[in-house]
Amino acid sequence: MAKAHSPIKLHVPEPAFRPGDTPDFSSLDIPAAGSVRRPPVHVSPEEIRDLAYSIIRVMDDAGAAVGPWDESLDSATAIRGLRYMMKTRVYDQRMVMAQRQGKTSFYMQCTGEEAVAVAQQMALEPGDMHFPTYRQQGLLIAAEHPLEEMACQIFSNPGDALQGRQLPVMYSFRESGFFSISGNLGTQYVQAVGWAMASAIKGDSKIAAGWIGEGATAENDFHSALLYASVYNPPVILNVVNNQWAISTFQGLAAGDSATFASRAHGYGLASLRVDGNDFLAVHAVSRWASARARSGFGPTLIEWVTYRVAAHSTSDDPSQYRPQGEASAWPLGDPVERLKQHLIGRGAWSEELHARAQEEIETEVRQAVRRAEALGTLNSGSKPSIKEMFEDVYKEMPPHLRKQRQQLGV
Amino acid sequence: MNMIEAIRDAMDIMLAQDDNVVVFGEDVGYFGGVFRCTAGLQAKHGKHRVFDTPINESGIVGVAIGMGAYGLRPCVEIQFADYVYPAYDQIASEAARLRHRSNGQFYAPLVIRMPTGGGIFGGQTHSQSPEALFTHVSGLKTVVPSNPYDAKGLLISSIEDDDPVIFLEPKRLYNGPFDGHHERPSIPWSKHPLGEVPEHHYHVPLGEAAVRRQGSAVTILAYGTMVYVAEAAAAETGIDAEIIDLRTLLPLDMATIETSVKKTGRCMVVHEATLTSGFGAELCALVQESCFYHLEAPIERVTGWDTPYPHALEWEYFPGPARVGSALKRMMEA
Repeated sequence: MAKAHSPIKLHVPEPAFRPGDTPDFSSLDIPAAGSVRRPPVHVSPEEIRDLAYSIIRVMDDAGAAVGPWDESLDSATAIRGLRYMMKTRVYDQRMVMAQRQGKTSFYMQCTGEEAVAVAQQMALEPGDMHFPTYRQQGLLIAAEHPLEEMACQIFSNPGDALQGRQLPVMYSFRESGFFSISGNLGTQYVQAVGWAMASAIKGDSKIAAGWIGEGATAENDFHSALLYASVYNPPVILNVVNNQWAISTFQGLAAGDSATFASRAHGYGLASLRVDGNDFLAVHAVSRWASARARSGFGPTLIEWVTYRVAAHSTSDDPSQYRPQGEASAWPLGDPVERLKQHLIGRGAWSEELHARAQEEIETEVRQAVRRAEALGTLNSGSKPSIKEMFEDVYKEMPPHLRKQRQQLGV
Repeated sequence: MNMIEAIRDAMDIMLAQDDNVVVFGEDVGYFGGVFRCTAGLQAKHGKHRVFDTPINESGIVGVAIGMGAYGLRPCVEIQFADYVYPAYDQIASEAARLRHRSNGQFYAPLVIRMPTGGGIFGGQTHSQSPEALFTHVSGLKTVVPSNPYDAKGLLISSIEDDDPVIFLEPKRLYNGPFDGHHERPSIPWSKHPLGEVPEHHYHVPLGEAAVRRQGSAVTILAYGTMVYVAEAAAAETGIDAEIIDLRTLLPLDMATIETSVKKTGRCMVVHEATLTSGFGAELCALVQESCFYHLEAPIERVTGWDTPYPHALEWEYFPGPARVGSALKRMMEA
């Protein structure tokens, strides 16, 4: 006789809190700042497996920099970083407003995550190449890429370096070390590994940085990237920005509740670190560590940046539909701008007055840059990119069938 | 040279001529590829230039795109065209669009080689002809050589090209000009004039078809293995067909096609791939657009059936000379 079994049930993960609930992150294990050790850059991956389950932090709750990852970053550089983060936030606010005013179709903010892109950009060198997602505008701002050019891309106007071909925020600025963004998630991650392989094939000293969100680590290309990174040991930093939410999907559905995203590297034998992504000094120090490791030929590092997506996924999204009000303020790692500001004030290198003045200067700078861009046109006003250009760059030289189609359009 | 040697020779020459050329894929390095197309290249050019990859096609194409962005010219192998699907996103969404979406800041000067077609008892997973999946994607070029001379010249042109090129190698032609008569002894390339391959660097330009047989009764548009099937069918029926070997499906040499169809007044399309939405459908549309008033009969398509490629019934699937021949006769009666 067949043995009686109780029915098996499918496990479908759910976030702990939905709209109407009171968010509580007390289950997130946050080590004290300065408590996580700093290994040498040539460390073997198996010696630091524990660091994929911890969180590297430099700034303590009072804003003081402590522990082995504190590199005593000079005040001038830290202030520059603070200003880049502030500028990123102001630019985002300005662009959301422009979208609401109908000047563009779409925008994506990085509010709350500014430290990750800004500090890593400042830790890398000119000639290195980032393969970003759509939420790393901080890379461009910290590279001092002209804001006006960025805004022209958002407006798809005649000043747009991409001729209106790409969705707003899908920038491409080769001269600023910023690879063309794809809307297909994860594809850039394995391309970053390929770029780094090419650098090694040519005996170069440049490194690549791949970027991906925690949600997109579920894509095949994430695993292909880790595989090729582990096989060929190229000079690449593999950034995973864990901002907790992939549109409405919480990080647990990408299996972030069963293991950390940093620990994905272990199956591939890759070095991996997990870091407080809202701690500018930690991001800068860990990025420098991974950069030195890659540049010295010790190979890739995967870094999980633990952060929180404060804003909506995009201007087409309404997070109040799927996550509780007040979740951002309950987020225990705070706000990256506020934390670096407090640190600098504590250091005696900054003040509320200087901060307010900087804010005003940045708002003026952004407003003027965006106005100059707007003067060239917006999505729904002024002149558009040349229609003729639509047929260019499909191939290096236009083949006869495209030439014929262009004639049919009458341009 | 046979077609394998010609393809290897093209890569060998390009590896020697341009140190940005790299060659990689599954079993491609030390072993030299399951069809031996890269045999000896790693020993000669070094393992940084010619190397094995994990069994991960999206990774092969994905890293090649990154390398292309850096400035290299990767020529990669997908072991069988049937295995390319995991790489399709990287090909269709990334390689094909990179130049356009970045306004020329980045591009993907890749060649993606893959053996295609059946006739070797490969069953449904080692016999497919997926060319239409690539010709449908703007930004890609698609090449199908039919002989060693063309294979070398087209592959050199493809490696030097700054756009991504899908290079489909009809595997039944690797060793000889197979005409579909599987019951007969095979003929080696050494007995065919197009097996004569110069040792030096030369181009067969992309986008130029070749007229393989002059004729006045009907134009047959073919590529790859079907060129020889068409030749056999014309010889066996005594119908004076003009046979055009397209060589490059995209960009397509419409001028050669148009001139021929206007001369003969009839057109037949032959391919091994499945019928529905196949490249033949595109050829029919283009021919009727440009030659409608010259056509004396409906355009015929002779292709593989819309089924998976069967293992045991391979020759019932394959559009051989008998099927092409009877279609030719039917057309001439029309």
